[in-house]
Amino acid sequence: MPGGNGVPNAIRAENVCRHYTMGESVVKALDGVSLEVHTGERVALVGASGSGKSTLLHLMAGLDRPTSGTLETQGRNLAAMTPEELAAHRRGTVGMIFQAFHLLPRMTLEENVELPLRLAEVPREERAERVREALERVGLAGRAAHRPGELSGGEQQRAAIARALVNRPSILLADEPTGNLDSRNGEEIMRLVRSLNESLRMTVVLVTHERKLAASFAERVLVLSDGRLAAEGRPGDPAVEALR
Amino acid sequence: MKANDLLELAGRNLRESGFRNSLTTVGVAVGVASLVAMLSLGAGLQGLVSERFARSGLFNTIGVFTARDMRGMERNERRTGILESNVRPLDADARKEISALPNVIEVYPEVRLLTDVTFEGRTLFTSVSGLSPSARLNEAFEKMHGKFFSAPEAEEAILHVDFARDLLAPANAPGDSFALPVGPRTGNTPEVTDAQLDSLLGKEIVLHYGERQAVPTPAQPPARRSGRGASAKKLDTAATRADAAANDAAGDTVSFSVVRRDQRLRIVGIIDTEPYAGITASSAARVFLPVGLAEKLHPAMASNLRDIMQAKPSASENYSALIVRVDDPARVQPAQDALKKMGFRTFSLLDATKSLRRVFVILDLFLAIFGSVALAVASLGIVNTLVMSVLERRREIGVLKALGASDADVKRLFFVEAGVMGTAGGALGVLLGWLIGRAINFGTNIYLSQQDLPHETIVLLPLWLIGGAIAFAVAVSLLSGIYPAARAARLDPVQVLRYE
Repeated sequence: MPGGNGVPNAIRAENVCRHYTMGESVVKALDGVSLEVHTGERVALVGASGSGKSTLLHLMAGLDRPTSGTLETQGRNLAAMTPEELAAHRRGTVGMIFQAFHLLPRMTLEENVELPLRLAEVPREERAERVREALERVGLAGRAAHRPGELSGGEQQRAAIARALVNRPSILLADEPTGNLDSRNGEEIMRLVRSLNESLRMTVVLVTHERKLAASFAERVLVLSDGRLAAEGRPGDPAVEALR
Repeated sequence: MKANDLLELAGRNLRESGFRNSLTTVGVAVGVASLVAMLSLGAGLQGLVSERFARSGLFNTIGVFTARDMRGMERNERRTGILESNVRPLDADARKEISALPNVIEVYPEVRLLTDVTFEGRTLFTSVSGLSPSARLNEAFEKMHGKFFSAPEAEEAILHVDFARDLLAPANAPGDSFALPVGPRTGNTPEVTDAQLDSLLGKEIVLHYGERQAVPTPAQPPARRSGRGASAKKLDTAATRADAAANDAAGDTVSFSVVRRDQRLRIVGIIDTEPYAGITASSAARVFLPVGLAEKLHPAMASNLRDIMQAKPSASENYSALIVRVDDPARVQPAQDALKKMGFRTFSLLDATKSLRRVFVILDLFLAIFGSVALAVASLGIVNTLVMSVLERRREIGVLKALGASDADVKRLFFVEAGVMGTAGGALGVLLGWLIGRAINFGTNIYLSQQDLPHETIVLLPLWLIGGAIAFAVAVSLLSGIYPAARAARLDPVQVLRYE
C-alpha cells in the first residue's frame, strides 16, 4: 500500500493477530492491530509489560508470524512468506538491536559484525571493508579486535548497532535498546540511532516503556494495550499521554 | 551460508568446547579402530586362506571327462545308460576348444600310469604321473629338495620322499623291489637325512612304459600284424589289439599297439608332501615328470582300453581326462557350465570355496557387528555432545536466526560439526586400527617364529576398508547429528532471545 509520497510504507499492519495456545486457554498477545510506519520515520511502540509491543516487533522482524492479518514491509506480506523468505527478510530488510545486546561473547567485535555478512553470503573480499565502515560509523573502529566482554555496555550496544547496520537494512528494530544502560550511555545510543535515521533515512521502530525516551526520540508514538492499538499521536498528545 | 563459512564457524564452535569435542572424537576413533581391526582381521584371514587355497590348486581346477566316463557322472545318472550318439570324444579338437574358453589358463591331459622304474640296477614298481608347469606354485614344491622341472618337456623327474627312501634304503624297503603307491607311510619308515636325499639329485632313473602307437584297423576280417621294430618288444594282446570288427564303418577306425619303451629321467627334486593335498588323481603318485614330456611319450594307460571299446572310435588321440585350470576359483562355475554345454562331464571342488566364502561373509558380518558396537556407542557420544552443545548455544542459535540464518543454515552448521568429528574420528580410527593390526601381525609372527612356522599376514588393511571406514564414520556421525541439528533448527528465537 503506497504511502503519502507514492512509495510503499516501510511497514503496514492490517488487523494483525498473534494468538498463543497455552493449554486450553488462548492468549491474545496481539488482537487486531492495524498501523502504518512511513519510510524514514522514527516510531516508538510503547505500552505496559505484556501489552504486545515486543510481539509486534518480532513479527516485524520476521522472527514470528501473525496468526492472522496482513503485515507488510515495503509492500511484501510477511505472513505469506516461506521460512526461507523470512530468513532473507531478516538478513536484508531489517536490522535488530536488543536490550541484552546479544553479541556472541567468544567472537571479536569484527567477527560479530561480520556474521550477518556471512549469512547473506557477501563475498569475502567485500566483508572487511563493510565491517570497518560499520564499526567506524558507531565509533568503534579502534576496538575491532576486542571481545564484547572487554567493552562497556554502551560500547557493546554500539557494536550491536554496527552489526545491525552492516547489511544496510532499510528498517531498524530496537527492542528496549537502553534498558541495560545508564542514562548517559542510553542517551548516547539514542543519539546514534537518530543520526543513522537521519543520515541513512533508515526507518526506526523503537520498543520502550520509558516515556521520556519515547518522547525525545520518536516522531510518532503508538500505544499498545492488551494487544490492541490504544492510541497514536505525536509525543505530548493528550490522548497518547493519557494512556501511558 | 557458504560452505567455507559453515566449516569455519563449525570449526570455531568445535574448538570452543575443545576438550569435550576431542573426547567425543576419540570415542569415534576408538569405535572406528575396533571396526577396522575386526574387519582387517577378517580380510587378513580370508586372504590367508584364499592364498593357501589358490596355491593348493584344488579350487581352480576342473577335471573334464567324456560323457562315457563314470567320474564326472551325477550319482543318479549312474544307473542309466548313456546314449552313444551324445558322447563327444575328448580329443585334440576338444582340447583346443577348451583352451579357448574364457578364463581358462591351462589345459593338460591327465597322465597316470602304474609302471616300473629302474634305479641303479634295481627295479621298483610305482605310480607315475605328469605335472603341469603351474604345479610349480603348489605348496608341495615350496620346501622341496632340489628344484622344479627346468622345462615343460625336460627329461626330468621329481620324486616323492617315500620313493626316494626306497631308492636309498633297499634293504629296509618292504618287498625289496616293490613299493606300493599308497599314501604316506606310517610306522617303521627308514630314516633318511637331507644329505642322503640331496645325493639323489642329478642321478638318473629309467622309466619303463608302454608307448601307444596308432594302427589303422584293416577291413574285416581283422588280420594280426607282425612286429614293428627290432628294438621294441611288441605287446600285442587280445585286449590291446582293439577290434573294430563290430563296427560297420570298417577301414576308418583305429586301434593301437603298445610298444615297450624306456625313458631316462634325471632326478631334479624331492618333495615330502603330496601336491594338490593328495586329492587329485595324480597327487598320489610317487614319481612325477613334466606333463609335456609325459604327453610326448604317448604312454598307454588303463583308460585307453575304454577308448577302443567305443562303438565309433575316433581317428585322433583321445584323452582319458583333461585337467582345466581357470584363473580364479570364482570362475570355475561358468567354465564348468561351458564345458557341460560342450558335452563333457566335469568334476571340481567348487563347493568347498563357495561354502568357504559363505563362512567368511558370516565371519565378516560378525566381526563387523562386534566392531560396530563401539562405533554405535561413539555415535551416542556424538548425539550427547551435540545435544549439550545445542543447549549451551541456545542464545547463539537465536542470535544467528535473528541475524538472518534460516533453519537449514542452523541444521547444516550442526551437521558440519558432527561431520567434522566423524571425519577426524574416522581418520584417527583407521590409523589406530592399522596400528592394532600391525601389533597383531607382529605378535603372531613372533609366535609363529617360535613354532618354526613361516611368517603370515594375519591382519590386512585393504584400501576399500580405509575409505569405507572413514565414510562409515562420517555417515554414522551425520546420522547422529540429525536429532541435535533438528533440535537446534526448531529453537524459537523469540523465546530464546526473550529469556536469555
